[in-house]
Amino acid sequence: MGLTVERRGSARTLVLSGRLDAASVARLWSEVVREAAAARRRALILDLAGISSWDAAGTALLLAAERAHGGSVELQGASVEVAEALARLRQAPRPAPAHTDTLGWLYRGLAAIPGGIAFIGEAAVAAVRLPRRARLFRVADVLRHADEGGVRGLPLALLLGFLIGLILAFQSLVPMRRFGADIYVANLGAIGLLRELGPLLAAVILAGRTGSAFAAEIGTMKVNQEIDALITLDLDPMTFLVLPRLAASLLVMPALTVVLELAGLVGMAVVLMSSGIPFAAISHQVTAWVAPADAIGGLAKAMVFGLVVAGIGCASGLSTGVGPRAVGQSATAAVVGGIVATILLDGLFAVVFYKLGW
Amino acid sequence: MSAHAVEVVGVAQAFGARTVFHDVSFEVETGEVFVILGGSGCGKSVLLSLIVGLRKPTAGRVLVLGQDMYAGDAAAHGVALRRIGVMFQSGALFGSMTLLENVLLPLEMYAKLPREAREAVARAKLAQVGLADAADLMPAEISGGMAKRAAIARAMALDPPVIFLDEPSAGLDPITSAGLDALILELRRTQGTTFVVVTHELDSILAIADRCIMLDRAAQGVIARGDPRRLREESTNPTVHAFFHRQALAA
Ligand SMILES: Nc1ncnc2c1ncn2[C@@H]1O[C@H](COP(=O)(O)OP(=O)(O)OP(=O)(O)O)[C@@H](O)[C@H]1O
Ligand SMILES: [Mg+2]
Repeated sequence: MGLTVERRGSARTLVLSGRLDAASVARLWSEVVREAAAARRRALILDLAGISSWDAAGTALLLAAERAHGGSVELQGASVEVAEALARLRQAPRPAPAHTDTLGWLYRGLAAIPGGIAFIGEAAVAAVRLPRRARLFRVADVLRHADEGGVRGLPLALLLGFLIGLILAFQSLVPMRRFGADIYVANLGAIGLLRELGPLLAAVILAGRTGSAFAAEIGTMKVNQEIDALITLDLDPMTFLVLPRLAASLLVMPALTVVLELAGLVGMAVVLMSSGIPFAAISHQVTAWVAPADAIGGLAKAMVFGLVVAGIGCASGLSTGVGPRAVGQSATAAVVGGIVATILLDGLFAVVFYKLGW
Repeated sequence: MSAHAVEVVGVAQAFGARTVFHDVSFEVETGEVFVILGGSGCGKSVLLSLIVGLRKPTAGRVLVLGQDMYAGDAAAHGVALRRIGVMFQSGALFGSMTLLENVLLPLEMYAKLPREAREAVARAKLAQVGLADAADLMPAEISGGMAKRAAIARAMALDPPVIFLDEPSAGLDPITSAGLDALILELRRTQGTTFVVVTHELDSILAIADRCIMLDRAAQGVIARGDPRRLREESTNPTVHAFFHRQALAA
């Protein structure tokens, strides 16, 4: 396989010879295209008389040369098959120039908003109609999702809660002690955990473990046309797939949160006791300063977070595109969306609770 | 109710700027086996999804058992859906359920049968497609041809009067495929079931089809309609001729 360039008069001739297959085309591609482009204002002749064999890659090379040149190109010594193959390839539409958009993420995020609103609407309608379609709502599914999202998430909640309690107490103990206020670390830790960290971390656990699983499960069903199959069986996917998942998340979030908070309090107590504060003092601080409203407000937040995280997981599953990569993208979107939404909502709750004087 | 099981009136479907087909119209009579033919990528599966209510066509109307699939109230739509069975080209079995559970699901939801009866019916449906011994396998544990047959069993679960099958015999050996054809003909004879079948298998078409339409990708629509046996003998359209005589089409 070789290429020689001849300049006969004003025309430029590219003489190709030998085998024109994928391997040789790869070697010659840039040179041929460059020579063809350089001959833009002149006539270009492709001399193919010396070609011994060719395949689709060879045809593609000829087309690329033609397009780089831009004008009309004369083929010399081309066999009928080559000429025909080239003619067929010419009819194929040109690939659209790939435009790289740096704002793609922002755009996709904004583009998801109408879909998200539609999802909320459909889920609400499905919930309202539930009494008439109670049969589609399978309690066994709720229990299965509650088991997977809640019961199996408990060890992680325990560990995370304990460590956060430990770290929180340890970090705040040092500066507080300088003011002789180390006993108040108990108040700080308890209030922080019950009002803020407990619900927030439980939501993060739910997003990472369960929201992503919802998105991947439903996304795979979408890709496999199982959602279509459900629709043609008159099994509304909202009632059949989404509502049980929302219900399960609503159920497990308080449990996850309470476990996380208790583990956090234990972690905090361990640090405080090891720094010499007696247990009775810690427990007195906690019970005297923490109002039931703190715990209840935290649990209410947790339930809202659970609903939102699960909803985002299901919605990104249902909006999955085609192919296995789309499933991965949906799972990622579920986790990212779940965490971001939780934190935004948490900010909103902070304002509302402040206004309510809670 | 109209006499037509399915009525497709001037439907068109485009994806962005690309038109798959336009102005496709046909009726399927109650109790007939109607075959949709056409080369790969001409829009047969898309047409089927339009008919069963999964994708609103860009233009046109679809009536199944007299019910407009894209208008009217949700309840009537649901009733129409429960009176059709659909087998997708990919099978689309529920991956987290065994074959038996797949067939049981529509029965559990909509058949007023006691539990044991439901299970007996589901097993009988699986036996009809030759999968009696595979009832407890998961979709991931069976072959492509078995998945298709299980999907047919699911589509038949509620004994719907109209069944849509997308390439039921693709990927099946000739014996199983002939068995499926026999099942279709038997259901039509004994229960008067209407079938709308997408298939490429010449033998199968000639064995089961009362009438057919042929779609073509280049023509973006219907290029032939009628009795396939007559089309085979009489059609002068080069694509139709090539199809029925298994010839490559001259460029
Ligand atoms: N979701 C979609 N988005 C864009 N284009 C699509 C979509 N679904 C199908 N198409 C296009 O519609 C055309 C028809 O597809 P369809 O699956 O109906 O073909 P088919 O006739 O069933 O082919 P086969 O015999 O191979 O199954 C194809 O060109 C395909 O690219
Ligand atoms: Mg198809």
